Amino acid sequence: MIVGMAPRALLACPDCDLLQREPEPADRTVVTCARCGSVLYRDTPDTVDRTLAFALGASVLFIVANAFPIVGMTIEGRSNTVSLPGALVALWHQDMQLVAGLVGLTTLLAPGLVLAALLYLVLPLHFGRQPPGVPLILRTLDSIQPWGLVEVFMLGLLVSLVKLEMYAKVVPGVALWAFGALLLVFTAMAAAFDPRSLWARIGTARSGAGR
Amino acid sequence: MSAPALTAARAGLIRCGDCELLSRAPQSGGNLSCPRCGATLHQRKPNSIQRTWALLIAAYILYIPANLLPMMVTTSPQGTANDTIMSGVVYLLSSGSWPLALLVFLASITIPLAKLVSLTFLAWSVQRRSTWQPEHRARIYRMVEIVGRWSMLDVYIVTIMAGLVQMQPLAAIDAGPAAIAFGAVVVLSLLAANSFDPRLIWDPLGDHDD
Repeated sequence: MIVGMAPRALLACPDCDLLQREPEPADRTVVTCARCGSVLYRDTPDTVDRTLAFALGASVLFIVANAFPIVGMTIEGRSNTVSLPGALVALWHQDMQLVAGLVGLTTLLAPGLVLAALLYLVLPLHFGRQPPGVPLILRTLDSIQPWGLVEVFMLGLLVSLVKLEMYAKVVPGVALWAFGALLLVFTAMAAAFDPRSLWARIGTARSGAGR
Repeated sequence: MSAPALTAARAGLIRCGDCELLSRAPQSGGNLSCPRCGATLHQRKPNSIQRTWALLIAAYILYIPANLLPMMVTTSPQGTANDTIMSGVVYLLSSGSWPLALLVFLASITIPLAKLVSLTFLAWSVQRRSTWQPEHRARIYRMVEIVGRWSMLDVYIVTIMAGLVQMQPLAAIDAGPAAIAFGAVVVLSLLAANSFDPRLIWDPLGDHDD
């Protein structure tokens, strides 16, 4: 039933379906499809430990980025600050529930769920234990990851700062720096995480039990 | 093409979309779930082209109000000003920050439209089983996936500005109805790109050899 458990396994390209043999280990760090050039996988050593380190760092930054004001400004003596949750509440009260939902999904919910899911997976694995429900978590991770748009939000923040500067003086808040740092750590975390190696653990566990 | 390339489908194998494991395709043609992770296996994404078309058409329709309606409504003692995406770009340009104007123009006007046109071309070429330049079309699809997300930029700009500038009656910025339409365009085109199966680009190659 299961094909491709040989040392050099068969792979099918997700983008063009071409069958090919996995190259020798440590041959290359990025393995691309021989026909269409799409990335088949990246070599990610120590995926559990490195993902855990970045995920812990990202969690702290994520909390700071959402709990503190991003930017403040003063117009004729009246001042105001805004945090990301505060901006969502403001949108909601402007009858923009759909937009508030979309922004909340892409900047708060999706990144938060990705962080939670990764911590749930790699924290027990780091201590040599396999958490229950790995397939479900990996599948959820796969479907929410495209909705996390932290890097786009960061650029939007910078552009809006420049636009606001035209009205009045703006003061960057703690959360602005936290978002900048979060973007870097989040990207490093995504690059360190290798779902293939986690799926492979399940494969060996199941086929080991079956034989 | 001389000999058709050996794909998983031609070898009677199915790649699991979730865990990447290769399994034998069932002879009867019924549904099969992945022996490793339990996901339902599909040789190709089901109804890929129909779904892509439906989502694309909806996105094209909403692209019109997204660009014509106001994105941002500014209220001050001097009156109310409505800004569309384009007038926002013009405002940035006239206030001297042309790099930002270019950035917003690319993210909010060029990228969403280019994404829709590219996906239309891909869906159309796949539907007529074209064998033209598959490498080229595969690259177009990868670009669409990478670049498409940046079109959310303007929605985030409005979010921050509308969240911060709430100092009635001195100055207030509210999100306009275009924000809803524009957000819908971004989501629909993201779903359209997701439902398109890039393997369909390669499937017609070597068909006449079978």
